[in-house]
Amino acid sequence: MTVSIQPHPTESTDANTPKRLALVASKGTLDQAYPPLILATTAVSLGWEVGIYFTFYGLDILHKDRFEKLKVASLANPAGPLQVPNIVGAIPGATALATKTMKRWMANSAMPTVPEFIDMARDLNVTFFACATTMGIMNVTETDLIDGCDIAGAAAFLDYAATADVQLFI
Amino acid sequence: MTTNPTSEPAPAVTLDTSGLLCPLPVYKAALALKGIEPGQILELICTDPGSLADIPAMAHQRGDRLVRTEDRDTTQVFWIEKGTTT
Repeated sequence: MTVSIQPHPTESTDANTPKRLALVASKGTLDQAYPPLILATTAVSLGWEVGIYFTFYGLDILHKDRFEKLKVASLANPAGPLQVPNIVGAIPGATALATKTMKRWMANSAMPTVPEFIDMARDLNVTFFACATTMGIMNVTETDLIDGCDIAGAAAFLDYAATADVQLFI
Repeated sequence: MTTNPTSEPAPAVTLDTSGLLCPLPVYKAALALKGIEPGQILELICTDPGSLADIPAMAHQRGDRLVRTEDRDTTQVFWIEKGTTT
């Protein structure tokens, strides 16, 4: 893995400079993995430059062993795909059922899976920042991550985001 | 509804995104636009209810020109002339 992040100028007056989108992906559930990936693939399709900072549970979206197995729970999630009382959501298998239901929704709508979205974003040169602090806290190593991530701390991401036209925390 | 009916040249490429939801129509349109030359036209067919807002926004952001919009019940047809900046 190479670290290709370089400091960016604080301000650009070049009209040909593409717009920039800086996203923070902080959640690692199946439902919350989609919004940053949808926004990122859309923005690059508009000709924008996009970077996503995957931090805390959001780092699971880049984790080799986890990104294909993200889940959504019905427990404490009244808007989720499986709308049942919490006591039912606590039964073993309820999370698996909610996850299966959501995956079926996505498939029925011809939506790409999370791994497919990751490939689409990577093919379009979206920068994946892997939060170095999260890696330290959660014992995630470089080899645990999918290829093409830039390990970075908050300062490097903020430097990137400082010149972004749109910044969103998800 | 048809806006800006013109005598534009025939589309170089037609892309049917029927049944696909955001972000796929925009994503696939951008890929299709990569394959044509500036000044050429992409005919884009959409059924995503957001496309009437999304496709003009895409053209605006990319610097392409939306030369035709047809809104037929559940289907929208757009003619997008590729710009020189993307």
